[in-house]
Amino acid sequence: MSVNTLKIDGQDIAVEEGATILQAAREAKIPIPTLCYLEGVSPAAACRMCLVEVKGSPKLLPACHTAALEGMEVSTNTPKLQSFRRMNMELLFAEGNHVCAVCVANGNCELQDLAIRVGMDHSRFAYRFPDRKVDMSHPQFGIDHNRCILCTRCVRVCDEIEGAHVWDVAQRGEHCFIVSGMNQPWGKVDACTSCGKCVDACPTGAIFRKGSTIGEKERDREKLSFLVTAREKQQWTR
Amino acid sequence: MDKIRFATVWLAGCSGCHMSFLDLDEWLIELAQQVDVVYSPVGSDIKTYPENVDVCLVEGGVANEDNLELLLMVRRRTKTLISFGDCAVTANVPAMRNMLGGAEPVLKRGYLELADTAPQLPHAPGIVPELLDQVLPVHQVVPVEIYMPGCPPPADRIQAVLEPLLRGETPVMEGRDMIKFG
Ligand code: SF4
Ligand code: SF4
Ligand code: SF4
Repeated sequence: MSVNTLKIDGQDIAVEEGATILQAAREAKIPIPTLCYLEGVSPAAACRMCLVEVKGSPKLLPACHTAALEGMEVSTNTPKLQSFRRMNMELLFAEGNHVCAVCVANGNCELQDLAIRVGMDHSRFAYRFPDRKVDMSHPQFGIDHNRCILCTRCVRVCDEIEGAHVWDVAQRGEHCFIVSGMNQPWGKVDACTSCGKCVDACPTGAIFRKGSTIGEKERDREKLSFLVTAREKQQWTR
Repeated sequence: MDKIRFATVWLAGCSGCHMSFLDLDEWLIELAQQVDVVYSPVGSDIKTYPENVDVCLVEGGVANEDNLELLLMVRRRTKTLISFGDCAVTANVPAMRNMLGGAEPVLKRGYLELADTAPQLPHAPGIVPELLDQVLPVHQVVPVEIYMPGCPPPADRIQAVLEPLLRGETPVMEGRDMIKFG
């Protein structure tokens, strides 16, 4: 397999052909913030947190979905990127209804963690307060669309790891929402095996186990990488 | 040097941020030696918000006409306004009514649809303040100098914000200890 060499933040890095900028950066221990990215399933480039600057490109490019090419010069943490990330974060909060104080994921939420990381102490954008639904029809799980950031992790794990494809994205623009089955209540979707992978994958408090209250959501993210390693490499290690 | 003129107010909040302020325990004695408490629902009996306030902690979102009037006065008379707690910074739980639309559907839901006996809309001009259509975070109404998230902000965070201010410095609002919501 051929190897590409590129520069990330001034550091020379060699990676296998086909690796993304994100993989190259992670190998070199250069941190790039991500939210929708999930090891083991395909990248979606939905959240735009991993945008980087590539010399010669007029656009910012998502590191999770851009191939690391020979001779590339990538910057991951310029003042421009820092200000875009913070703005992006504020928009994510302003878009939905995030009331951390009464959320199952409070203290254990990747959105909250990232807000801290990018230094968000308030949102400069006016909150939209959209009217969104909560679906508690599944016997074990619930989904609260108020907290959904449309990262599509649930869609991808359910389709690519569990093979059930319960979830999809419906509508467009501000009306987008995560839909179960043929726009049925989750509890009515026969395809759902109740495996709970979407609970483990969801970075926020949007999908949760019933009966968990404020700050009680736990997720077993390792389980997902365990399954992927087991399937792809036949190694049952954890 | 003159003592810092210090105030606290609460708008649409549950008073939890003020309770967390009281959790500063013995540090409150130190604070009291360094500031003049010129207005505070938990630290003074004065009924009108005075002129020339140096630092004010504002708890709560802006939900009704009283909140709005007090906040505008606080802004006019205060140098450093601190948006104190999630209700002030994001409008938080009080703003969960915003999803219903305006004030009218909220009042109808609360006082008519859910009433057990004698359903009636509250109306007492001059006594019960009228609700605003939306509950707003403080900075959507007036400019804010410092944002202190948290529901409530833990006492340590409050102290870490006030200490530099007492020395005439600006606190650095960074990291989990200082800016975690919830
Ligand atoms: S999902 Fe995360 S950011 Fe949203 S309300 Fe819950 S804890 Fe807060
Ligand atoms: S529980 Fe499993 S099968 Fe059901 S929606 Fe979630 S990931 Fe899909
Ligand atoms: S429900 Fe959770 S995993 Fe699914 S799109 Fe929304 S935030 Fe992402």
